[in-house]
Amino acid sequence: MTALVVVLVVLVAALAASLAVVLARRSRRPRRLPVDRVARRVLVAFSGRLDPTVVDAAIRIAHAEEAVLVPAYLLVVPLRYAEDSPLRDEVELAMPLLEAVEHAALRAGVPVDARIEKGRTLTHALKRLWEVERFDRIIAPAPTNGHGGFTEKELAWVLTHAPTETVVLKPMPSAA
Amino acid sequence: MRGHYRILLGMAAGVGKTYRMLQEGRQAQLEGRDVVIGYLEPHDRPETAALAEGIEVVPRLRTEHGSLELHEMDVDAVIRRAPELALVDELAHTNAPGMRNEKRYQDIDEILNAGIDVISTVNVQHLESLNDSIAELTDIRVRETFPDRILEEADEVVLVDLTPEALQKRLLEGKVYPKDRAEVALQNFFRIEKLSSLRELALREVAEDVGARARKQSTTVLDPLSSQAVAERVLVLVTPEPRSQRLLRRAWRSAERLGAELDALWVHKPGKALTEQEQVSLAALRRLAIVLGAHFVEEEDGDLVGAVRRVVSERGATYVFLGTPDERRFIEIVRGSLVSALVRELPGIDIRVVANRADRKELRP
Repeated sequence: MTALVVVLVVLVAALAASLAVVLARRSRRPRRLPVDRVARRVLVAFSGRLDPTVVDAAIRIAHAEEAVLVPAYLLVVPLRYAEDSPLRDEVELAMPLLEAVEHAALRAGVPVDARIEKGRTLTHALKRLWEVERFDRIIAPAPTNGHGGFTEKELAWVLTHAPTETVVLKPMPSAA
Repeated sequence: MRGHYRILLGMAAGVGKTYRMLQEGRQAQLEGRDVVIGYLEPHDRPETAALAEGIEVVPRLRTEHGSLELHEMDVDAVIRRAPELALVDELAHTNAPGMRNEKRYQDIDEILNAGIDVISTVNVQHLESLNDSIAELTDIRVRETFPDRILEEADEVVLVDLTPEALQKRLLEGKVYPKDRAEVALQNFFRIEKLSSLRELALREVAEDVGARARKQSTTVLDPLSSQAVAERVLVLVTPEPRSQRLLRRAWRSAERLGAELDALWVHKPGKALTEQEQVSLAALRRLAIVLGAHFVEEEDGDLVGAVRRVVSERGATYVFLGTPDERRFIEIVRGSLVSALVRELPGIDIRVVANRADRKELRP
């Protein structure tokens, strides 16, 4: 009888120890970022290059709104190619930019859901994206010292046609 | 034995294809080969005419079409003459009605079949597969086209290249067309942006041709078993969630480095409905796969590992990419780890687990 009690005590102790180890390990797991279907989504669309000050501002906005940041690299498919053509060289440019934005956002604790979208023009690609996905805010970067970002005409189009609240971000000229 | 076929490809008239063809003909003559001109387009270019001097010309066939007198290559005469090398300009040309062959590339085929080597010329806009793109690009629908297989079947395709600026200069100097025609051409077909696009098409065509030949050579040199072993194919397991975007991009980069085809596989459980967000993520993954030139494969199966094993076997994958499985330690202990199961079930297949950036911690030394 005493032996049975001892065995039971040992078993319970072993079980408790295992449970403690499992719980301790779980508590060390990084927090899974909250991406669910009701999360707000902030789109920052760009092509070619993206000013770091725009990235920082987009991350701050997404962080403040507890939103998912959607950095979208827009690809222009020249008319001489079919719209479904793979665009290897352009994707090569997009990859490191998206990686950089993702990295910066995740370091700030902002969940990311990146995109590469294509169209015949930048605005065409952008329109395609917001036609199939919901965004609560759209960030359109203006050029930095005349480079990158959307042109004046494109920005006017975005402001006229965007289906949701739109922020035009003009990077500090000195930061370029 | 069929003759050797060399095609000189250019982006537009005036880049120097005919000139190059004649230069190569003269060089062959100097090397002691028997060379004739099967057909030379009369472009009224003095430099070209001068270069043609001294090379025997096979008389053309004269034919009448209405009030027009047309001149075509006399295929039979070229074959009867039996030179070692025949120079034949403009392979995409459409012959006059009543000729044996409708197109000049068919004439050339007969000459090659007679064992005579041929050097010919053509512009990229005549390629059949590019017809729609060229029409969009230049607002001109090219009627004289030739099938892509002609380039594929040629022994050599050589690009005759010239910068758009240099070609415009040649036009202005009257070296391509008479001056009055040159002015009109500069306003239309020969605009810088159109020439740049045509040049890009020509460069791409030749680059693809070189790549295809290299692949063909590497697979014919090796025996079928080893060539199958050499060909890499990457399979990436995706799920309809944001982190799969990065996973697919990472797999694409590796596939590019390996020169491998890329398949993206999503295995969904039978009867399990997707949330709205999952549907959006899935559609975005499909779009990304198109941009990357990857094949998106969907399988309905309750057994993930079994489905992966089946697709790996069917598609001949040599690498499997997956994201860090979202497994609790307890579930992993009870059910076993997905990675371990894949390693066990896919012997001889490389497996790479791509870390989730969200899980990244600063590592302490």
